[in-house]
Amino acid sequence: MSRFVRPSALRAAGILGMNARNVSLISVHNPRKFYPRVDDKLQTKLLAEKAGIAVPELYGVIRSQGEVSGLQERLSGYSGFVIKPTHGSAGKGVLVISDRKGDEFLKPSGEVVDAKAMERHVSNTLSGLYSLGGKPDVAMIEALVEFSDAFSDYSVEGVPDIRVVVYRGVPVMAMMRLSTRASDGKANLHQGAVGVGLDIATGRALQAVQHGLPIERHPDTESHFGELQVPRWLELLRLSASCTDMTEMGYIGVDIVLDKSRGPLILEINARPGLAIQVASGTGLLPRLKWVDDQGLHAASLEERVSRAMSEFSAEPAVVEGAH
Amino acid sequence: MSERLQLATVVTILIVLGLGLTLYKHFSLGFPLLPGEVTQAWTAEARISFESDGDDVEVSFALPQSSSTLRILDQYSASSAYQFKRVETDDRPRAVWKGEGKKGKQVVYYQVVAFEGQGASRPIDRVPPTGTDKPDLKPAYLAAAKDVVSGLKKKASDPVAFATNLIQALAASNPDENVRFLLGVSSDANSRTRLAVDLINLSGTPARIARGISLEDGRRREKLSDLVEVWTGRQWQDFAPDTGEPGLPDRFLLWQRGGESLLDLVGGHGSRVTFSTLSEIRGTQGLVILKGEEEKATLVDFSIYTLPINQQNIFKLLLLVPIGTLVVVLMRSVVGVRTSGTFMPILIALAFKQTELLSGLIMFIVVVGIGLVIRAYLSRLNLLLVPRISAVVIVVIILFAGVSIASYKLGIEAGLTVTFFPMIIMAWTIERMSVLWEEDGAREALVQGGGSLAVAVLVYLTMSIPLVEYLTFSFPELLLVVLAVTLMLGHYTGYRLTELRRFAPMVHE
Repeated sequence: MSRFVRPSALRAAGILGMNARNVSLISVHNPRKFYPRVDDKLQTKLLAEKAGIAVPELYGVIRSQGEVSGLQERLSGYSGFVIKPTHGSAGKGVLVISDRKGDEFLKPSGEVVDAKAMERHVSNTLSGLYSLGGKPDVAMIEALVEFSDAFSDYSVEGVPDIRVVVYRGVPVMAMMRLSTRASDGKANLHQGAVGVGLDIATGRALQAVQHGLPIERHPDTESHFGELQVPRWLELLRLSASCTDMTEMGYIGVDIVLDKSRGPLILEINARPGLAIQVASGTGLLPRLKWVDDQGLHAASLEERVSRAMSEFSAEPAVVEGAH
Repeated sequence: MSERLQLATVVTILIVLGLGLTLYKHFSLGFPLLPGEVTQAWTAEARISFESDGDDVEVSFALPQSSSTLRILDQYSASSAYQFKRVETDDRPRAVWKGEGKKGKQVVYYQVVAFEGQGASRPIDRVPPTGTDKPDLKPAYLAAAKDVVSGLKKKASDPVAFATNLIQALAASNPDENVRFLLGVSSDANSRTRLAVDLINLSGTPARIARGISLEDGRRREKLSDLVEVWTGRQWQDFAPDTGEPGLPDRFLLWQRGGESLLDLVGGHGSRVTFSTLSEIRGTQGLVILKGEEEKATLVDFSIYTLPINQQNIFKLLLLVPIGTLVVVLMRSVVGVRTSGTFMPILIALAFKQTELLSGLIMFIVVVGIGLVIRAYLSRLNLLLVPRISAVVIVVIILFAGVSIASYKLGIEAGLTVTFFPMIIMAWTIERMSVLWEEDGAREALVQGGGSLAVAVLVYLTMSIPLVEYLTFSFPELLLVVLAVTLMLGHYTGYRLTELRRFAPMVHE
């Protein structure tokens, strides 16, 4: 574990480092002025709806403490929904309601939330209790995603999501993040979540890693990762690639969840995607980024960007041309 | 790529400017590159005593000037009972004291601090003589004098060689008959010098007496000694009285030159001038700064050294901060240490400079540790951000007081220095670590907290290197170089040291 390798070895493996990511990718391709488009979840959602990009439906926005008292009326008619701060991070302040019983609401765990508790939660959100830096925030109410059961064998707590790194409109790498008991329901690889590298061509699992080391089976469910394949893969890649046009940012991480009926939905867009995806995929990003630059793909149509990426980054032996 | 070109240009300019100014200060102004370099300095004090006639008194006194081997750094009058001012007449400085209603014995002092400095050149005296003084010699002596002069003139005709030969002939242990006759009974150094001046004037070359003092340690009640000065046609040249070599003797401070008087006294009588000299060791840097101020060298005149000492000390600390930022940038971008808060380690390191490292570390860990426990309880109360941090600040201050009092009662003085920690920073550290703990787990909080502390210790150790402290304060222009390096690191795209380990499993060998 505590082995160091020479920088030349990492370079040969095409691994993108943090400094190179910050200097050559983020500061070049992600203009500061567009950051609010991804940091503000409400803005992301509104932009996406305008662009026809699939997101969990927005039920309502609560901007001021005055609106809190009208909360019950606005929620009438919805039985499952999510209330989240627009500037929250790491899932803080996200209240998930899966059902209602009269005036009371039920969390997925079965815990009961009464109207007063919900109003207090929204009021706290508006005061900035959950937002970065404690700034006053806005609460938004959106549809509860009905998660596809495609991954039920691979998740214990929390929701598996799919992270696609999109470089200049081309999906270059993808992984699925599965929370484990060890990660305490969090999908953060640092904390023991499992990262499953996905084949860009098919959406099939390439390999899975936990704590930086390859594993064969899910540590909690014992399911073998070899059978994992993400459904509606092409649709999902196109969805992620379209986020570049919407955000005008050249290097983003798109977080996607699969809804039972609606299919892939954009949950969040990250302007500073981490590097762990390389570990999950067992591949360095640099050659792929270079390929996109060399091909001049950023000017191509959405369909072409996605299909070219699918054939280029395929892990199937037949398509790999002379590279090893 | 024009962005890279711009950066390269700026970096080059900064480095050239920073290093250039540093080298200029070293070579041209004499700033030592290493701390602790010392220079021998001398203090010469003139004591002028006289009896007042009982009323207004005015004393005018010739003052020394720097020479090619001695540099005057500082000079001052030490007689508060008199009005003092320095005047320049014919380019020669004089001290003038004025007093009213003085009675009885009076004493005034004048002190000069000089050191053997490189690169100092005295204003060469190029004022031509008004004519050759006809020496006032009795006819009997005149004949002998003419003999001596013509004898020596045969050997050397140019005025410098002639003067050297003449002085040597007068100083010889076994002088020739004519010389012995001319010297007569009094053959002390000063009368020999006066005779040499007479003879050189007789030869047709203008000559005169200059007077000064030889700087030696612990001399008291000295008189000025005389030197021969000869007009070479372009300038007045001094000659050593013993060897006759052209040039001033070592450590000889010229005090009175040409026709000026040493002392003019109005309203008094019975004056006496004595000198005492003292050697002292002074830090070269201090002398150089004095010299720079005297010369109005812009780099010194508009520098931190001209601020009051108090402010200078603050700057001493402030000038170290860029070194701290450089260490932080290196640790974060090149090594890849995760710290909580970018520049928190620097502020902690500055606090360590006041508390000493070990006690600082212990107190930091104690305060942050207890703070975290209390903060963990506060988080259960679901407080808003600003009240929550305010509460933590209050807790930190209570902890400060508690640690101080407890350690004082236990007889540990170090505990009292806890107040040097910036409390707002401590509160924020507790807040950040606590949030980190909740969101990313205890491991991440310990990694980042430990990282911050390790970087803080490293920053402290770097800031404490005497050479670093000295260089940042003596050559603030080196900060331009630090800036350049920081800018370059801003474009560093190489791997971090920690990434060489993080991604190691991906490299199959």
